[in-house]
Amino acid sequence: MLERIFSRYPVDRTSLVMILQDVQTEFGYLPTDALKEVSARLQIPAAQVYSVATFYNVLSLVPRGRNLVRVCMGTACHVRQAPLILETVKRELDIEPGDTTVDGEFTFQSVGCVGACAIGPVVEVNDIHHGHMNVNKMKKLLDKLEQSAKDEGQS
Amino acid sequence: MIERIPTAKALVEIREKVSVTHPSMRKSVTVCGGTGCQAAGCKEVADKVREELKAQGLASEFKLVVTGCHGFCEQGPIVVVRPSNVFYPKVKIRNVKKIIERTVAAGEIIDELLYKEPVSGDRIAHEQDIPFYARQHRLVFAHNGYIDPTDITDYLSIGGYAAIEKALFKMKPDEIIEEVTRSGLRGRGGGGFLTGRKWRSCLDALGERKFVICNADEGDPGAFMDRSLLEGNPHAVIEGMLIGARAVGSKEGIVYVRHEYPLAVERLIDALDEARHAGLLGDDILGSDFSFDIRISRGGGAFVCGESTALMASLEGRSGEPRAKYVHTVEHGLFDFPTTLNNVETWANVPEIIENGADKFASVGTEQSKGTKIFSLVGKINNTGLVEVPMGISVRDIVYEIGGGIPKGKKFKAVQTGGPSGGCIPQSMLDLQVDFQKLTEVGSMMGSGGMIVMDEDTCMVDVARYFIHFLKEESCGKCVPCREGLKTALDTLDRITQGKGEMKDIEILEELGEWMSTSSLCALGGSAANPVLSTILHFRDEYEAHIVERRCPGGICVELITYSIDPELCDGCHACVKVCPKDVIAGDKKQTHTIDTTGCIKCGACLSACTRDAISRK
Ligand SMILES: Cc1cc2nc3c(=O)[nH]c(=O)nc-3n(C[C@H](O)[C@H](O)[C@H](O)COP(=O)(O)O)c2cc1C
Ligand code: FES
Repeated sequence: MLERIFSRYPVDRTSLVMILQDVQTEFGYLPTDALKEVSARLQIPAAQVYSVATFYNVLSLVPRGRNLVRVCMGTACHVRQAPLILETVKRELDIEPGDTTVDGEFTFQSVGCVGACAIGPVVEVNDIHHGHMNVNKMKKLLDKLEQSAKDEGQS
Repeated sequence: MIERIPTAKALVEIREKVSVTHPSMRKSVTVCGGTGCQAAGCKEVADKVREELKAQGLASEFKLVVTGCHGFCEQGPIVVVRPSNVFYPKVKIRNVKKIIERTVAAGEIIDELLYKEPVSGDRIAHEQDIPFYARQHRLVFAHNGYIDPTDITDYLSIGGYAAIEKALFKMKPDEIIEEVTRSGLRGRGGGGFLTGRKWRSCLDALGERKFVICNADEGDPGAFMDRSLLEGNPHAVIEGMLIGARAVGSKEGIVYVRHEYPLAVERLIDALDEARHAGLLGDDILGSDFSFDIRISRGGGAFVCGESTALMASLEGRSGEPRAKYVHTVEHGLFDFPTTLNNVETWANVPEIIENGADKFASVGTEQSKGTKIFSLVGKINNTGLVEVPMGISVRDIVYEIGGGIPKGKKFKAVQTGGPSGGCIPQSMLDLQVDFQKLTEVGSMMGSGGMIVMDEDTCMVDVARYFIHFLKEESCGKCVPCREGLKTALDTLDRITQGKGEMKDIEILEELGEWMSTSSLCALGGSAANPVLSTILHFRDEYEAHIVERRCPGGICVELITYSIDPELCDGCHACVKVCPKDVIAGDKKQTHTIDTTGCIKCGACLSACTRDAISRK
């Protein structure tokens, strides 16, 4: 099932991290079967694949929500009140950073610098950067995402 | 794409052909496509420019160029009309038509759309006259504002790949290294190690294969110059690596780039393809006996992977755990082969040194720190963005002349440099000259160039806690001093910021710092205590206020503050009342409002709703 991904890289251990990243992109997480297949194909013990899969922040062993909300907690954003924004998301979604809402709608992460420090505080939603955030803008953004999730559910 | 360039002579001919008009002088409309401007909507602006150029019949005469970052991210989206170089900041879609009609077609300057100098209120038409740019010295960043990063011809037309040509045909590897050593170039990624000396050791090392690596992991939170270089001028980095590879005798190059930087990855992939197609990468480059190619590896989002040995472990398909440094990577690096690893900005400096000579490069800077450094000037500062300055410039000049001072007339408190390994420079040291030595002397460091400005509303204990928390999350956990030391330091700082600290906690932190710095495996743990020690050194009074008075002078530590409304400033606009999730703000419209602190959860909603700065936290 992963042939397309394997075809992009030399099939050896140097490609492990990138192959896992592509699997992550494809499925939204790293399914156990995929990890086994990677291990067999690259001839790397499953334990080592697992060790790498759990070491890097971009890799996740559990499925992620439909919306990925990442609050930047880098230094530049921190001094511009990013902690208040983090708390807002926590309260609104009622989950801790790293978790996914029960309905599978949102995954919420706190990340260290997304490289857009000049427009901090920054929140990245589904790969789009939102700059100069504040508590109220954050609430509105979440409301909008929730609303469009509801609309989709109805149609 | 340019067809394979067979010889040095052919390269010269091509360059002559394409450099008839310098990209800064050609008829074009440049739109900044950097990450900051993208968030501000530059894509839509660029689309509109394209549409309007076409609609007004100017598309064949004026080229739309989407460039890399101009540095002035605060003012995005940025549009510059060339060759008149009229600079329009914060461009709105609805103004694009007007700009094309009046400035592009008719050559007029639209006064009301120009940059407005915040102090004097003057309108300024050209980039070079804006104070933010005027005090900078742009060497590495010189071309970011006008070249098309997706077109190798633009790089060739500014003299690109002339340095590798010189290195291949007019210099011996030994001479390249001599030149780089003489220039005094020091690594821009953190340690400030002499680049020439590193290359020399790698040249001297024996190995069947040798690797050249570009460290584009840029993990320092608050720094983004490497990203902007890769996005705006990828060929400069490629050319630097070519020269380095020639010098040390390597055939294989790797760029290790953060996965959080998709645009940088995309630009780099395209640039590598173009260079390969033009025969500037691959076998027998420009007809010489030198062969070299570069591949990309995307990092997995771990701060510690920016450390050279952890980075190599990651490239080998393992978890990014550093190893002890007594084995030198220049001799035993990636897969145990000799390896030269440098930072993006370091590589980007190399072509300039080879082309124009070590002396010219060394004429800028201080005794032991030569050239320029790019800083990301962020935090509580008016002009946020990327600034390239000569080494030796004072902190005051950066903050006030280039940065335009602190927003809302607040008081300056400190600048933090060196990221999680660095420290703070307080008000009393504003005249400090910024270079490798001076920063280290005051307990901070150059690091990769993050410069985070903090004002009176910043709590320095919270800042220390922030860095320790960051490092605890990012520590790979391999060695005990770092893993356990950070945990204990964080517990201690948590107590202090929650108002449960004791005076002996300060001693505990100092002792821990000492212990971690002498016994950790890598520099992550080794320098982890710096932000704590430096804030204790310069802001001991703030630690004491938290411990003795149970008070947070910066108004940040949630457990120690209460929200209130300043009756002098409140105009009763009701904005805070509307957003308060707990309905604890009382007061009729046009009447002064008050907060019932018993129900207040200190969420900050009122703070961001208030337009008059009337909410205070004490
Ligand atoms: C924890 C840690 C993180 C680092 N992160 C980076 C980084 O993101 N980028 C970088 O260029 N250097 C980073 N470094 C420094 C590298 O280990 C190395 O010294 C540097 O890349 C060498 O290149 P230079 O000599 O050109 O500066 C880091 C070091 C440590 C200890
Ligand atoms: S610190 Fe938030 S984007 Fe860099």
